Amino acid sequence: MKFAVDWLKDHLDTKLNDHKIIDKLTNIGLEVESFENQTSEFDDFIVAKIVNAEKHPNADRLRLCDVDIGKSETVKVVCGAPNAKNNLYTVYAPPGTIIPKNQLKLSVSKIRGVTSYGMLCSESELNISNESEGIIDLNVKKYGNQIGKKYFKNSGPKVIDLSITPNRADCLGVKGVARDLAAAGAGKLKQKKLYKIKFSGPQKIKVKITKEKNQGCTSFGSCLIKGIKNTESPKWLKDKILSLGQKPISAVVDITNYVMIDLNRPLHAYDADKIDKGIIVRNSKKGEKLDALDNKKYILDEGMCVISDNLGVLGLGGIIGGTKSGTELGTTNILLESAYFEPKSIRSTSKRLGLDTDAKFRFERGIDPNSIEEGLIKAAELIQKICGGTVSKIDVVKNEKFKNINVKFPLNLFKQITGFEIKSNEMIKILKDLGFLVKPNREHLNLTVPSWRHDIAQAIDIVEEIVRIKGYDKIKTEIPEKTRKKPTLNKQQKLFHLLQRSVASKGYYETITWSFTDSRINDMLKEEKQGVEIVNPISSDLNVLRSSIFSNLLFYLKKNLDRDIKDISLFEIGPAFYGNKPGQQEIVIGALRSGLVSRLNWIEKDRKLDVFDAKRDTIQSLGEIGLDQNKFNITSKAPSYYHPGKSGSINQNLDERIPIAYFGELHPNILQKLEIKTEALVLFEIYLDRIKMSKDKLKDQKMKYQFSDFQKSERDFAFIIDKNFKVQELVKIISEIDNSLIRDVKVFDLYEGENIPSGKKSIALNVTIQSMEKSLNDHDLEKINKLIISTVETKSGAKVRS
Amino acid sequence: MSDILKIKEEYLKKLKENKSLDYLNQIKSELFGKNGKITNEFKKISNISSDERKKFASELNSAKDEIQTVIEKKIKDFEVEQINSRLQNEKVDVTLPERSFVQGKIHPVSQVIDEISSIFSEIGFSVEEGPDVENEYNNFTALNTPDNHPARDMHDTFYLDHKKEFLLRTHTSPVQVRTMMKGKPPFKIIAPGRTYRSDSDQTHAPMFHQVEGLHIDKNINMGHLKGCLNHFIKEFFEVDKIKMRFRPSHFPFTEPSAEVDIGYQLKDGKIIIGEGDKWLEILGCGMVHPNVLKNVKVDASKYQGYAFGIGIDRLAMLKYGINDLRAFFETDYRWISHFGFDPLDVPSNYRGLSR
Repeated sequence: MKFAVDWLKDHLDTKLNDHKIIDKLTNIGLEVESFENQTSEFDDFIVAKIVNAEKHPNADRLRLCDVDIGKSETVKVVCGAPNAKNNLYTVYAPPGTIIPKNQLKLSVSKIRGVTSYGMLCSESELNISNESEGIIDLNVKKYGNQIGKKYFKNSGPKVIDLSITPNRADCLGVKGVARDLAAAGAGKLKQKKLYKIKFSGPQKIKVKITKEKNQGCTSFGSCLIKGIKNTESPKWLKDKILSLGQKPISAVVDITNYVMIDLNRPLHAYDADKIDKGIIVRNSKKGEKLDALDNKKYILDEGMCVISDNLGVLGLGGIIGGTKSGTELGTTNILLESAYFEPKSIRSTSKRLGLDTDAKFRFERGIDPNSIEEGLIKAAELIQKICGGTVSKIDVVKNEKFKNINVKFPLNLFKQITGFEIKSNEMIKILKDLGFLVKPNREHLNLTVPSWRHDIAQAIDIVEEIVRIKGYDKIKTEIPEKTRKKPTLNKQQKLFHLLQRSVASKGYYETITWSFTDSRINDMLKEEKQGVEIVNPISSDLNVLRSSIFSNLLFYLKKNLDRDIKDISLFEIGPAFYGNKPGQQEIVIGALRSGLVSRLNWIEKDRKLDVFDAKRDTIQSLGEIGLDQNKFNITSKAPSYYHPGKSGSINQNLDERIPIAYFGELHPNILQKLEIKTEALVLFEIYLDRIKMSKDKLKDQKMKYQFSDFQKSERDFAFIIDKNFKVQELVKIISEIDNSLIRDVKVFDLYEGENIPSGKKSIALNVTIQSMEKSLNDHDLEKINKLIISTVETKSGAKVRS
Repeated sequence: MSDILKIKEEYLKKLKENKSLDYLNQIKSELFGKNGKITNEFKKISNISSDERKKFASELNSAKDEIQTVIEKKIKDFEVEQINSRLQNEKVDVTLPERSFVQGKIHPVSQVIDEISSIFSEIGFSVEEGPDVENEYNNFTALNTPDNHPARDMHDTFYLDHKKEFLLRTHTSPVQVRTMMKGKPPFKIIAPGRTYRSDSDQTHAPMFHQVEGLHIDKNINMGHLKGCLNHFIKEFFEVDKIKMRFRPSHFPFTEPSAEVDIGYQLKDGKIIIGEGDKWLEILGCGMVHPNVLKNVKVDASKYQGYAFGIGIDRLAMLKYGINDLRAFFETDYRWISHFGFDPLDVPSNYRGLSR
């Protein structure tokens, strides 16, 4: 809420200067967003320095200037002045500024093919003099340290901008702010002055609030002012309205706005001659129409609280009036409304219509129901004073009587919550200053909550009132204890951290992308998962939750490739979603690698990345988190976005059905659809939630340390085997022949082609044989050799290559 | 002169000629080969009478040793010479680039989450998590923010169904609800994670990160809250002194509520934390509202405590001098390369949080 700081003094006797008041406001919870001179159209002109001026590439008489305007970067301005040269201090006007001389609004524009942001000004353009020969040349001594500051000194009134939290509706009025300040010791709240107004006759327009379910209006106060001459507002009132950042319109409108800000009491003025018979406050019927004062037509739904007459809807109560009964300069008789509308009703109506107004904002947060008469009197008095006329008696129709809330406040609660103590007398004084009625008891206070404080319902709210007025700086700082009762991270969280850094250590850059994505990309990757649409996406290309970790990664990979960065390794660890319910998400680590290995390398020959690069990174990472790589079962099944022949899955062991990871090359169709241009693109993904971690610590999972000092032998074998036979099987067959002798099996060659029958391949393996018990002699070795060959041949149908 | 001595003299003489390694090997085989001269002498031993045998053998062995020592030395010399001569041709230009190595990076947000966890770990907090998709109850209602509450408007919520039952959590506070619902007090947790609001401009991103804190026990008051946050801020920014200001504010789920500002100044366009007279808002906190405790079945007459919520991205920006929030999520390789962290650089208490 914005208002001139001097306005406070209408309600507050204070000796504090402005800055003390500002500090006080922030300290009691009324945050000051800004405290500045009232904005003026001259504020935009700022002192600037030409850092560099050069000839415009396409025009001899124009210059292209880099201008320092006190920001981190300079701006480019095209300037026609002959005196635009390096190191000239001058006056700069940014886009959006209105130039005083011609009243034209500046915009970002291209001048002879070069974009110019704003303008450097001459004296004549600013109406300072007739000097139009060149741009202003400021004195370096005076303006040398003023870059970025306003050129024109603003002497307008000082305006406070308060950010009022939703609980403090009462401080949406200047009087409420003054009350809080007074309670905090900033001065004395001025007592209501007696209004000198003569009421003549009853309010003759009949008002009725219908009794129906969900009636949004509980009371409706009004008075009739006849024979006024609506006019321009006097200067003091205009100034007040201007300080709000609004434009004065007419006395009647300005007065209702003024009272709204002054007392947080919204009012509405009707042209009394345009009301047919009486006022009926009722629920709307479906399809009723309103031409509202914002020049929009609204078609109403059922059950919205409307002010109507015999002929139809005049306005939406507490939200907006209608044009039909609006006041104009020619209006002579007005009906002034001051009512109470239920926050719930206001909120529901404005939400349904998508309507937001100042009055709505206030009623939604809660207006003081006891301010109906005060508001009417204050406004009527001002109208009479400025516009003349006779004022009827005030008429208030009530459906419900307002009841104050009572709170029992145990005195010891204050210390229990805040950790420090204050005397009960001081508590009582603070509460009284805030408007509470206080009946002290020995152990507690019986409190009546003031009618303007809708936010206070229980004892804890009273603690906040006292401590905020007393000052949060009084709260002690208790040094935290350095003890830990539970481990900081659980197993799953440790896994997350370990895997994250494990993958990064393989050369991948970690990124964080949105959890939502473009459904067009997501559809290529989501497999059988149910897509989750966002009802109100931020944009149409971020319209679904990501079903796969790769949808955004691929998008950004392409963006980086388009920036001409060639070899890219990216990964992200985060959620992928398979439903719109809480918990229907999995933590996935997804990694992409594109391009060549050893590009432009003088010592190593470059090569394309392939599926085995992805496999290495996957297996290695899984090993680093403590899984036994020897137990992994690799299959060639992978999601459809992988290259069907160059991809695979990893199961933690033979018994597990669901893979914990996939790896491979990306399906060429997807590369093509996304227009990703790179030599190769490999990827892998690990599903953290699917990994079964042993309950034991790694140290307890390790086998006993033992080694053999006996002679070890290595033997090479080559088998010709069916092309589709998996090498993983072959290795397994050999490894399992004799656990006590076969230490290691290495695959060192794969060959297909000449000398190998079609449909077959040759696999060469190196087997390490070593006993724990003795040195093996030729006979022992020959025996195991034969056993290896015969077992492989029987179990796999392979033939040893001779 | 015995044969042995003759052989010895002859060959020692021959060995004086520094010919080549081949020449030495030839001599070696002439003497010690299958039919070598020395070998043949050894064969004679068995035919010699026993009284002469000892002398003969000793003479032979010493001759053998003497020659062998000379040969071995010569061979060694030749080998050294050979290596030396090879080295003459083995010079490379070591200023040529090394073999390539790829260095990965950790995102600043991840790094800062680890820093935060490390600090809170020391004072006894453990880490909890909650799902990104939440129901309306956990995100709002349970947190004392009923449907008609204007505070809901301040959270521009992404909804996942038309009934507005499921949504992307707008803050990490629902983790408070989940944690308290499933356990028994005391609670002392932090919950870092992704949060979402349908708000996108220069300083807002539709997704960002928060860390929630919750400490519920008997007699936990605002002094503990102040102490905890004071400790955190000082540790996080790694400064000796920190200027901190608690100011009253409003959140539906805490009462009393506060916002915390830290003091800073601008020096050459850089933010310096802990000095100066400017204030920067960095977090919201307060005492957990009794209504929230009631909603999660914690006895508010026995237990009380505080909660806080901190914007992680903003902390990262302040600590590491990053100006643009949106850049965090744009995956610009150059940006990650510049602002990312070495994966081995794991924040820890004993070594200092950052290098």
